[in-house]
Amino acid sequence: MTNVSPDQAAAALPGGGRRDESGAMNQTAAGITTATTIELRGLEKSFGPIRAVRGVDLTISPGEVVALLGPNGAGKSTTLDMLLGLAEPDRGTVAIAGRPPDEAIRSGAVGAMLQTGGLLRDLTVRELLTMLASLYPVPVDVDELMELTGVADFARQRTEKLSGGQTQRVRFAMALVSDPDLLVLDEPTVAMDVKTRQAFWTSMRTIGRSARTVVFATHYLEEADLYADRIVLLAQGRVVADGPTTEVKAMVGTRTIEATLPGADPERLARVPGVAACQVRGEVVTLTCTDSDTALRTLLAAHPAMHDVVVRGAGLEEAFLELTADHHAPEEEA
Amino acid sequence: MIPVTYARYELVRAVRNGRFFIFSLVFPLVLFLLVAGPNKHEELAGVPFPVYYMTGMVAWGTMGAILTTGGRIAVERSLGWHRQLRVTPLTAREYLIGKVAIGYAMALLSIALLYSAGIGMGVSLPAGRWVEMTAMILIGLVPFAVLGVYLGHVLNAESIAPALGGITALFALLGGAWSPVATDGFLLHLTQLLPSYWLVRAGQIAFDGGAWPAKAWIVIGVWTFVGARLAARAWRRDTQRA
Repeated sequence: MTNVSPDQAAAALPGGGRRDESGAMNQTAAGITTATTIELRGLEKSFGPIRAVRGVDLTISPGEVVALLGPNGAGKSTTLDMLLGLAEPDRGTVAIAGRPPDEAIRSGAVGAMLQTGGLLRDLTVRELLTMLASLYPVPVDVDELMELTGVADFARQRTEKLSGGQTQRVRFAMALVSDPDLLVLDEPTVAMDVKTRQAFWTSMRTIGRSARTVVFATHYLEEADLYADRIVLLAQGRVVADGPTTEVKAMVGTRTIEATLPGADPERLARVPGVAACQVRGEVVTLTCTDSDTALRTLLAAHPAMHDVVVRGAGLEEAFLELTADHHAPEEEA
Repeated sequence: MIPVTYARYELVRAVRNGRFFIFSLVFPLVLFLLVAGPNKHEELAGVPFPVYYMTGMVAWGTMGAILTTGGRIAVERSLGWHRQLRVTPLTAREYLIGKVAIGYAMALLSIALLYSAGIGMGVSLPAGRWVEMTAMILIGLVPFAVLGVYLGHVLNAESIAPALGGITALFALLGGAWSPVATDGFLLHLTQLLPSYWLVRAGQIAFDGGAWPAKAWIVIGVWTFVGARLAARAWRRDTQRA
């Protein structure tokens, strides 16, 4: 559950500010690389009879942190594969800063942490990262990178001897080896336990995010909620919702007001503008609201005795269930 | 053009992988020492036994070394490493050239070991013969390099090791690396259609000095061409599925 203030929701812009369609911000006159605009246009991809992606349009602005959220089979991985040039779209185009994916990758502008993938054997962590860094025109300093990503402690270990959590950290470091403008993470925490997951997102915040565009796929609702500025909700290969995290929640957002009110009258409370339903248990009142702001103003004015007021925003869980309910059908993960 | 640092670590990996040594470096060497040792002063078809057997073992060892290129590709594919590489600037061409180059480096190591063992057992050739023989062996390995890449894309990490072992042994056996299969007739013509026959013949330049006939160049050329087409197709299918 996340508490959302009304002005936070109001301040968020639909679409997350699509100001730079041309990708001109990518390179400043001084040659300092900033962030990168991504454009996905009319993407479609089928695997045999399975239509994994059925028309995805997305524009992602420099510096945005976008979560591709959806259940298994929603088309998240396929969309990211097309973004990275790992899969050829049947229809539609991909542009990263106005360039096709392979060109953007060759310049070192893109780093990716793919969902599956072991590490190359017979090398130490340090050797592996050095090997990858050598492929880029302007790589980062490997020692510095290892320090930042928490890999330095086991830098001299062979890759085949690492624990699951250590492997994931190395894979994260691999994605950052070119100091990319765009970081793509396909379900980065899928194999992690809760503690490792938290540690991962903490390091993401400090190093992954700075001045980068980040696109990550997840089916962990709280991850999208906590770490993304914007959520693109996918179901059955289509975008079913797209907007700032708070807005996606507000779209389906019933909110709940909980308060203590001695001698509450359920029928009177249910008539308050913005309240949809009312429940009273002893002195505790629970109001389900379609417009919690209006309801709250009326309630506080009309009931001075009301105290311990809590407003809960709809969790992403609810938004997720509601938005994908119509689209949900048993289909294979693509 | 292969990035130097990348190639260096590929070589480090190949050297560290112990299993590789057993099949392509140690087996031929041990067999040479065991078989040629007791027959040091014998002759086979008028040729001193050690030099005869050395060339056969070189054919077997180098073939194994270069086909192992494919084994490494299959293992890396099963790790999803080829996908990881595709989000780096390394192109597929560079990746494959790198693999083949490592295969050749290992083949050269196999050659060096067996030549040393041969010299230790009294094999003595004019310098020109050593060079000519080595050059022709390296050319004879081209179809095997291409086949290795092909097999690396159609087999998986579990099946690749027995498959490569079997294929190498079959090629070695029919090509006459262990002992001559046929000296005339239908069977000879049949074995002459194999690239391994000409790889073995390339080694035998050491004692008969005979250059490849046109037929050899055609056989090697056709195997290389067909193998390359198959490899390219397998590679494309592999990338599509990704």
